[in-house]
Amino acid sequence: MISRRTFAGRTLSVGALTLLTGCDVSDTDAVQAALARVSSWNDRVQAWLFSGRRLAPTFPESAAVPDFRFNAFYAADRSPVLAPDDYRLTLAGRIADKRPWTVARLQELPMQSQVTRHVCVEGWSMIGKWTGTPLSVFLDRIGADRTARYVGFECADGYYEGIDMPTALHPQTLMAFQLSDRKLPTRYGYPLKIRIPTKLGFKNPKFVTTLYVTNERPRTFWTDRGYNWFSGI
Amino acid sequence: MTAPPEQAHHAWPVRLAHWIMAASVLVMIGSGWRIYNASPIFPFRFPDWATLGGDVEAALALHNDPGVATAIAWHFAGMWTLALSWLGFVVWGIAAGHFWRDYLPVGPRSFWRDFTAALRFRLAHRLGEYNAVQRVFYWGVLAALLGLMVSGLAIWKPVQTYPLERLFGGFEGARVVHFLLMTAVCGFVAVHLVLVALVPRTLLAMVLGRATAPAKPETS
Repeated sequence: MISRRTFAGRTLSVGALTLLTGCDVSDTDAVQAALARVSSWNDRVQAWLFSGRRLAPTFPESAAVPDFRFNAFYAADRSPVLAPDDYRLTLAGRIADKRPWTVARLQELPMQSQVTRHVCVEGWSMIGKWTGTPLSVFLDRIGADRTARYVGFECADGYYEGIDMPTALHPQTLMAFQLSDRKLPTRYGYPLKIRIPTKLGFKNPKFVTTLYVTNERPRTFWTDRGYNWFSGI
Repeated sequence: MTAPPEQAHHAWPVRLAHWIMAASVLVMIGSGWRIYNASPIFPFRFPDWATLGGDVEAALALHNDPGVATAIAWHFAGMWTLALSWLGFVVWGIAAGHFWRDYLPVGPRSFWRDFTAALRFRLAHRLGEYNAVQRVFYWGVLAALLGLMVSGLAIWKPVQTYPLERLFGGFEGARVVHFLLMTAVCGFVAVHLVLVALVPRTLLAMVLGRATAPAKPETS
């Protein structure tokens, strides 16, 4: 009986603390550690929920917005400008052919278009048209180890991302070179953005300069800042 | 002739599920308001002090993020305790007969009778017995929580659960429904707390499991 009463009392006081005083227990180490443990549990649940065959809904071209919303951890005019002649996509990790790729060679890859919805972790969403090469096609082309667990990306804007292999091999995961039928504009990640309609927007890195295949979970920008790693939708 | 004393009794599974649900609802509302602030769907924001997710300024300085990361971590932790306690409450309510015994019967006529009586402050509260307004409210809040979980699932996993979002008129519709049901639950919590304050013995019963009303003085 005592323990139940104590439990109820504690529950009440946490609630009252939050509701009445606005004091917040969130910033204590114990709470952060507990939330991190639940977040890793949620990673496992999401990986289990994810289906490599279930396609993200696609929309008519008329639904795609021509002026996509810019979103990054810096202002649009701070976007890196990558010169096509100097750009190389560097490959690393469990890949057979690690020769770097030029823009010209990348653009000779087979292309397809998708009109899909970008869902931001903040809650807003936007439909766009992206054109590019399925990442799985590229991974086969370079002899990547498809049995590895992760694919990681490093970007010219200081961003870094990583995804699980099942998502990397999903048929709608694209290396996008175009947005709205035009060459990827600078602020949207020229020359290469990874477009993943089964992930939250922040897991779609722009200005990708390095792609690597690994069995160790890649560090990712927003996960280092407290967001959930898998972040599937 | 003496009437049996009014007595409220709550079995321990009801109390356990009730308090976990109560704490979860607070966590979900507080963190949900912080997440809402990141991209409001109506022309207002919730004050930061009323939201859950840590110090906004500190998070901005440290992480370039207004504490939304922590709010989301709370929200996706609270969803488990809310879902489990809701399920426990409902399964117990059905299996142990709590719902049939205490939440039924209820109908529009008895609701209207008790509702108008309550507005005229003529509705007596009998400990251990729910009036029609309470019964409707309890069914309503359980339904609202179910709606919040389903619309929340459609927002969390719009691809994996597609076309679930169509139930709400699309992804944006699901966000609006999620918000409106949250508002309904806030309304329930407010009324619930006022009524508990008016009859504090009900709180005693929900904590200790049992409470008895004081003996009424004999009237002549």
